[in-house]
Amino acid sequence: MVLGLPTVLVIVWWVTSERAESFYFPPLSEIVGLFGKTWFESDRITHDVLPSISRLLIAYGLALVIGVALGVAIGLSRALRAVTEPVLEFFRAVPPPVLVPVLMLFLGIGAPMKIWVIVFGTVWPILLNTIEGVRAFDEVLRDTVKSYRIGPRRRLGIILRGASPQIVTGARQALAIAVILMVLSEMFAANEGLGYTVVFFQRSFAIPEMWTGIIVLGLLGVILSLIFRLIERRLLFWYHGQRQSQRGGN
Amino acid sequence: MTDQPSRRPSGAEMLRVEHLQKTYRSAQGETEAIRDLTFEVRAGEMVCIVGPSGAGKTTLMRCISGLLPASGGEVTLEGRRVSGPPEGIAVVFQEYARSLFPWLTVRENVELPLKEMRLKKPERQRRVQESLDAVGLADVSDAYPWQLSGGMQQRVAIARAVACEPHILLMDEPFAAVDAQTRADLEDLVRQLWHRLGMTLLFVTHDIDESIYLGQRVLVLSGRPTVILEDVRIDLPDERDQIVTRSAPEFARLRTHIYDLVRKAKKGYRPELGDPESDVVTELT
Repeated sequence: MVLGLPTVLVIVWWVTSERAESFYFPPLSEIVGLFGKTWFESDRITHDVLPSISRLLIAYGLALVIGVALGVAIGLSRALRAVTEPVLEFFRAVPPPVLVPVLMLFLGIGAPMKIWVIVFGTVWPILLNTIEGVRAFDEVLRDTVKSYRIGPRRRLGIILRGASPQIVTGARQALAIAVILMVLSEMFAANEGLGYTVVFFQRSFAIPEMWTGIIVLGLLGVILSLIFRLIERRLLFWYHGQRQSQRGGN
Repeated sequence: MTDQPSRRPSGAEMLRVEHLQKTYRSAQGETEAIRDLTFEVRAGEMVCIVGPSGAGKTTLMRCISGLLPASGGEVTLEGRRVSGPPEGIAVVFQEYARSLFPWLTVRENVELPLKEMRLKKPERQRRVQESLDAVGLADVSDAYPWQLSGGMQQRVAIARAVACEPHILLMDEPFAAVDAQTRADLEDLVRQLWHRLGMTLLFVTHDIDESIYLGQRVLVLSGRPTVILEDVRIDLPDERDQIVTRSAPEFARLRTHIYDLVRKAKKGYRPELGDPESDVVTELT
């Protein structure tokens, strides 16, 4: 069932493009035929794909750490919230791509610039959802923690666990943004990476090869979201179980 | 083994509430929830607090358990003034589903406060096992709270409180959200635990029958701002039974008396203002 619609779409693409004459929309069979040669018969995997993915993962990890740490601090402190709220709204409204030129000035065109572009775009949904999750921590559970005199370290763990459904929601949004920004950061002044490769093919009129790059990016997105869903299921089994039992009526 | 002070001998003063007053301040103004409450609970006693809804029962419980600072007066537990959640006290809340950690199993929920008390593992396991046995949940110790019925979830919360071996157990309308049959079972469970463990119990409820059935004393509260209308002694045999006790003539007499007080409280009767129906100012000693 899950694969139903994708299969149909691939078949439709394959059939309708088979006799295509257009230079820009080559037949799918030609694109698939070039796929192996383009990506596996050169050093593209080690030279472009792996660096892109590792920058993505490093940046995503950084965004998670920064977003959750700041989010917990701000979520727990009313004073901190009052001070930071207007600033957060402003920074969140800044489209991350415009930071590419700015960050280039400070960090050059290497990996740090690309990583920080991704961090800057992905940290917001994580941060804002963490703040919300910490604020919405159940009052009765809070009283329970207090009345059992639970110490700060264990309390922090409990707060993170309680806010984890919202944190995961933020992290999911952030993952999609991270892939977009990974590509984008490689389209300016770059000489390697997935985004660079796609632009390189396009500029050298290697259109079928360009399409293979787009397919690689799509597959990357699918794989990342599958991995994400696996981790989420592990992490939030209690949340889904609880919701299901509430809906079923106890 | 713990750094808790040893439990006071039965009959010694356990809890003293003196001229407790609580006013909530908000942008809309001030609301006086509790006007003036003074009472004492002795070690080993089972005291129920009953009052109309909105009588500030939960506010009182939160002040006693140190979750809410009082605006005036003071609460003393075992001779020490309460300024935050004190040692030796355990609270069971009404909202059982929200007071348990949904990501921990039943066993882990009961064990968590014990870890915080820095008990050694064998001691923790012994206490978890004993308290789960006592509430009849030993066979579901690896389940998650949301897999259990409401009554069972409240049993977990009770087991968790009991495992801490508190000197005083506060229960804030613990059975308000469970069905009648479960409720009767849980009432008997509480009586039985109280007998067996010899702790002091303060039980808040809006159910008059429940307060008489459980308590040795019933404190009847007025409406807001709250004062105590009467401290009713319950002279029923110590051995209580859902059918026998509830049909005893003394039970009926007490119920009529307390119903009358609560009905007056709902109409705004207050000792210092007198009964609005009779226009007679009553002096309460």
